[in-house]
Amino acid sequence: MRPLIKDGRIVADEWDLLSHEALDDIDLTPAGPRQIVPLAQYGTHAEVLRTQGQRIAILLGPDDEPDAAAPYLADIGLVAIHFPSFTDGRGYSTARLLRARFKFAGELRAVGDILRDQLYFLHRCGFDAFSLRADQDLSAALNAFGDYAWAPLAGMVPNEGRGRIGQSSL
Amino acid sequence: MRFHDIGARARLGDEGEPGFEIFVGGGVGRTPMVGHCIKPFLPRAELLNYFEAILRVYNRYGRRDNKYKARIKILVKDLSVEGFAREVDAEWRHTQGAGSLIPESTFETMEAFFAPPAYGGARATDLAFVAPRAENRPFARWVERNVAPHRHPGHGIVTLSLKKTGVPPGDATADQMDLVAELAERFSGGEIRVSHEQNLILPSVALRDLYALWERARRNGLATPNIGLLTDVVCCPGGDFCALANAKSLPVAAAIQARFDDLDYLFDLGPLELNISGCVNACGHHHIGHIGILGVDKNSEEWYQVTLGGSEGERTRLGRVIGPSFAASDIPEVIERILQAYVRERLAEECFIDTLERIGLEPFKLTVYGERHEAAH
Repeated sequence: MRPLIKDGRIVADEWDLLSHEALDDIDLTPAGPRQIVPLAQYGTHAEVLRTQGQRIAILLGPDDEPDAAAPYLADIGLVAIHFPSFTDGRGYSTARLLRARFKFAGELRAVGDILRDQLYFLHRCGFDAFSLRADQDLSAALNAFGDYAWAPLAGMVPNEGRGRIGQSSL
Repeated sequence: MRFHDIGARARLGDEGEPGFEIFVGGGVGRTPMVGHCIKPFLPRAELLNYFEAILRVYNRYGRRDNKYKARIKILVKDLSVEGFAREVDAEWRHTQGAGSLIPESTFETMEAFFAPPAYGGARATDLAFVAPRAENRPFARWVERNVAPHRHPGHGIVTLSLKKTGVPPGDATADQMDLVAELAERFSGGEIRVSHEQNLILPSVALRDLYALWERARRNGLATPNIGLLTDVVCCPGGDFCALANAKSLPVAAAIQARFDDLDYLFDLGPLELNISGCVNACGHHHIGHIGILGVDKNSEEWYQVTLGGSEGERTRLGRVIGPSFAASDIPEVIERILQAYVRERLAEECFIDTLERIGLEPFKLTVYGERHEAAH
C-alpha cells in the first residue's frame, strides 16, 4: 500500500479504505484490521466490525455534512475526507468544522486528488495526514509545509496547537 | 473590488477604527456580474472569520454540477443578496470574537512589512525636477501622464509603461526587467508593484530623481507617456498564445496603437480605458473597459464585438454591446468613429466615460453603424 504523509513524515498506511464507488456491493468480511468506511456505511457496519475486533474510521465525501458525522466522532480516531478533484474545495470547510466546531482531535486525513501545492493549506485547515495522488513525489512534497515563512495566525490554527508541522520539526 | 468573488474595501468605522466593506458575487467571464455589499463595515480583526463564513456558505450550498455555475456569483444570485448575507452572518456567529480572530499584535507585525521608505528631504521645488519639467516637453508630458501625486511631499508614484506601440501590452524583456529592478533599488526603496492594467509601478520616487529615472526608462522603451490613455491597452495574450482563445487580441491592440500614435490627439482625448479579450473568459476584462473588445468565433472566423460604458472603481458598471461584431481590419475605424462621436458631443473638460453616461449609447451606435443601425430597428 502506498505510504502517506503524517505529521510531517512519510509513514506506512495501516488503514484500508473503502471508496464511495464501492458502496453498493459492500463485503466487509475480508476487511483488514483497520477499515475506513464511508459515512453512510458506518452506522450499519460499525458494531459488527467492532465485534470482529476491527478498528473503524469514517470517510466523508464532499456532499457529507460534518454534522452527520458528529455523533460518532468520540468513538473513532480517524476521519478521512475525500477530494474528488483538486478544484473541489469543500473538504477544507469540512475539516475546519470538525476541528473547530466539533473538537475532533484524531487523525484528519486528506484523500483523493491531493497535490503537493495544496498541503500547506490543507494543513492550515486542520489536516495532519495526506494520502497523495499516485504521481506525486512524497519526499519532495514534504517541503510544502515550509512554503511560507510567515503566516498571519501562526500558532492559532487547530493543527499548530497539536504540534506544528514545519521545517523545524522535519 | 466589485468584480471578484469576494471584494474588501478598506475603510474606517464610526469611531475611526480600521475595517472593511465586504462585497460578494462579482466576476467577469461568461457571466459578468457586479458584486454586492453584504457588510458595510467589518472590523479588521474579523476579516478571516468572515471570509471563512462566506466560503463555508458557498461550500455548503454552491453548485458543483457545472463548472460554469460553480461560482459565488451564481449562488448569490440564487439565494438573493439578502439571503446570502443572512447565511453568512449565521455561520459567522459561530466564530465571531474567537476562531480565526486576528490579534492586534499580528497587525503590528504585518504593518512592519510595509514600513515606509526613508524619504529624506526631497521637495517639490527641487531644481533637478522643476528645471527639466519647464524646459523639456517630452519629460513634462511623461510627468503629467505617468507620475501620480504621492502623499509624502517631494515624491511621486511612477508608472513605467509596458504599452509601447508594437510591443504586446504588458510584455517586458529580461533586460528591461533587470533595469526595472535596478531603478527600483536606486529610486524607489526597492519596491515594484504590478498593476492590473499591465504596467509596473515604482511607488515612491523623489521628484528630484525623476529626470534621471525618465532618461533611463525612455532609452529602454519604458517611458511611453500614455498611462490612462487610449493606447494604454489592457489585453490578454489571445489566439497567438492561448489555447482557450476564440480570436487573436494582440494584433488588434497593435493596430489600434498604430492608428492612434499622435500624442497630441491622445492627450486631447484624455482618460480612456480600452480592454481587449480574445474570448469570453475575459482575461482582458473587456466588460469593464470604457471601450471593450471581445474576440468571438463565428463559423470558424474571428470577429470582434464592441462594448461601451464599462467602468471599474467608484462607478462600477458593465459595458453594453453596441451592435453586430466587426472584422479585425475594421476595428481601428470603429474606434475612430466612437472617438469622433465623443469629440463632437463632449462638453468642455468632459471625459469620455462622462460623455457616454450623459448621452447614452445611441449617438455612438449611429456614428459607428450609420444607416445600417437605423435599418436594423
